Amino acid sequence: MNDIVTLQGVAKRYTRGKETVEVLHSLDLTIPQGDFVALMGPSGSGKTTLLNLIGGLDQPSDGEVRVAGERIDGLSGAALARWRARHVGFIFQFYNLMPTLSAQANVELPLLLTPLSKAQRRQNAQIALQIVGLADRAKHKPSELSGGQQQRVAIARALVADPTLLVCDEPTGDLDRKTADEVLSLLQTLNREHGKTIVMVTHDPKAAEYAQRQLHMDKGTLVPGNVP
Amino acid sequence: MKYFPLLWAGLWRKKARTVFTLLSIVVAFLLFGMLQGVNAAFQQGVNNANVNRLVVTSRISLTEALPISQQQQIASVPGVAGVAYAVWFGAYYQDPKNFVFATPVDIEQYLHVVPEVKVAADQVAALQRDRTGLIVGSALMQKYGWKIGQRISLHSTIWVNKYDGTSDWPFNIVGTYSFTGDDSQNQGAFFNYRYLDEARTFGTGTVGWWIVSVKDPNQSAQIANAIDTRFANSQDETKSQSEKEFAQSFLKQFGDINFIVKAILGAVFFTLLFLTGNTMMQSVRERVPELAVLKTLGFSDAKVMTLVLAESLLLCVIAAALGLLLACLIFPALKSVVGTVTLPPDVLASGAIVAVLLALATGGLPAWRAQRLAIVDALAGR
Repeated sequence: MNDIVTLQGVAKRYTRGKETVEVLHSLDLTIPQGDFVALMGPSGSGKTTLLNLIGGLDQPSDGEVRVAGERIDGLSGAALARWRARHVGFIFQFYNLMPTLSAQANVELPLLLTPLSKAQRRQNAQIALQIVGLADRAKHKPSELSGGQQQRVAIARALVADPTLLVCDEPTGDLDRKTADEVLSLLQTLNREHGKTIVMVTHDPKAAEYAQRQLHMDKGTLVPGNVP
Repeated sequence: MKYFPLLWAGLWRKKARTVFTLLSIVVAFLLFGMLQGVNAAFQQGVNNANVNRLVVTSRISLTEALPISQQQQIASVPGVAGVAYAVWFGAYYQDPKNFVFATPVDIEQYLHVVPEVKVAADQVAALQRDRTGLIVGSALMQKYGWKIGQRISLHSTIWVNKYDGTSDWPFNIVGTYSFTGDDSQNQGAFFNYRYLDEARTFGTGTVGWWIVSVKDPNQSAQIANAIDTRFANSQDETKSQSEKEFAQSFLKQFGDINFIVKAILGAVFFTLLFLTGNTMMQSVRERVPELAVLKTLGFSDAKVMTLVLAESLLLCVIAAALGLLLACLIFPALKSVVGTVTLPPDVLASGAIVAVLLALATGGLPAWRAQRLAIVDALAGR
């Protein structure tokens, strides 16, 4: 199976005032295509930083990040933006939908960056909403939807451009157990039936059980024994 | 166009704030349209001034009279084609608000020197026959619904009629005139100089200013100089100017309209710059996480910056269009003041340019901040 994510010797340092903090230390990781990985660990262990590097939201201080066959650690801001549009779908803890747009318009957002026609964009967004079971809520604004429904709209938005990789940062952190299970089942279905590679950061061991693999991080490194 | 729904939704994120900002810009552009329209209308009079004519006034002041005996001497200056005269009558109809630019002239001489004024020959003859005759501009006739043959009375703020001791001067309307190429000139009236001269209590045998037509406009400066030289060191020294210069100096009597208009608009737009700029800054500040999400989805820094600028442009252009449209609707009400009924197209064009500049100025800083937004920091609320 092809590796979709390869990290070699990746380090990440932040400078806050006069202080420099190394959040990730010389980290190596590979994630094969079609995998569903749960990244776990205590707060401040570097999970989200690692996720940001894999999703092309941030650049490493050292090391090499190769995702979807492309080395992204040296890309310019504009090239990285194009790369994200093509390869990555993001799902956040607080959904991060545009409050003034309908569910349909929110799902269509990533498609604005493609050459698709208006009709095609609409059709693709409708299909994505059908996949997450919200076709009948297409015209609703986020404020008219429950938390679980909003997260499903966010998943539809992440899916709609058919990305290589889904990156989820605490996708159930703001949901009750029942709704969280529904969302996680949906992610599992996307992984199993649609072959989507998923990297999910979570604190919740129950959420992690939906993944194929669990990786644990502590103090900026992956805990030995979990790294493939 | 595909980004329009996104822009539109962003614009109406806080409806009340957008409405108030929109209204401020609408009012500013309404003011812009009206003031610039008035200014342009006044300037139109200056621009329409004839290059073949000079206006000769007293060197002391425009209000100082000149003796009618100067006419022959001016006419004898080489290069002069014709000489006519006029007197400031200062009239109104029924109410001081209804100012009427009624001018006592020798109609034959006047029409020779100012051929743009068109009067039917039989009406010229009627005026010459009727001492109290009045030829009225077509717009003025329409304004008061006057008819030929009607007898009206104009009140002079300067001249007393010695036959009845009042300032009311009765007139018989004997004809109408139209001024070719400038509708604002059709607000006046002409009557016989001899009527004024015989009946006034002072100033007999004097005129207010001379209107001199020249054979060659290229010689205007030399002819003006020759006229002034002829009366130099006399009791009645003259100041000869081109009609354009005269129109400009006449306008300056009311104040420097151009400067006043620009000063008012400058103050208005300076305030607007901060108001709209602040609104845009606030709007972008509130949407930091949303802008970060757009970048996460693959919108480049430049695209996010363009979206913010486009939103500012949309707000300013819509408001400016509404303001200028209102100005177009209201401007005809000023016809009696400015003499024209349509807002000049160059005022609308300059309004559009100002709207774009305002949008760039108010949207520039928020757009720059949006462009520089770091995704990771913005999503983390830093």
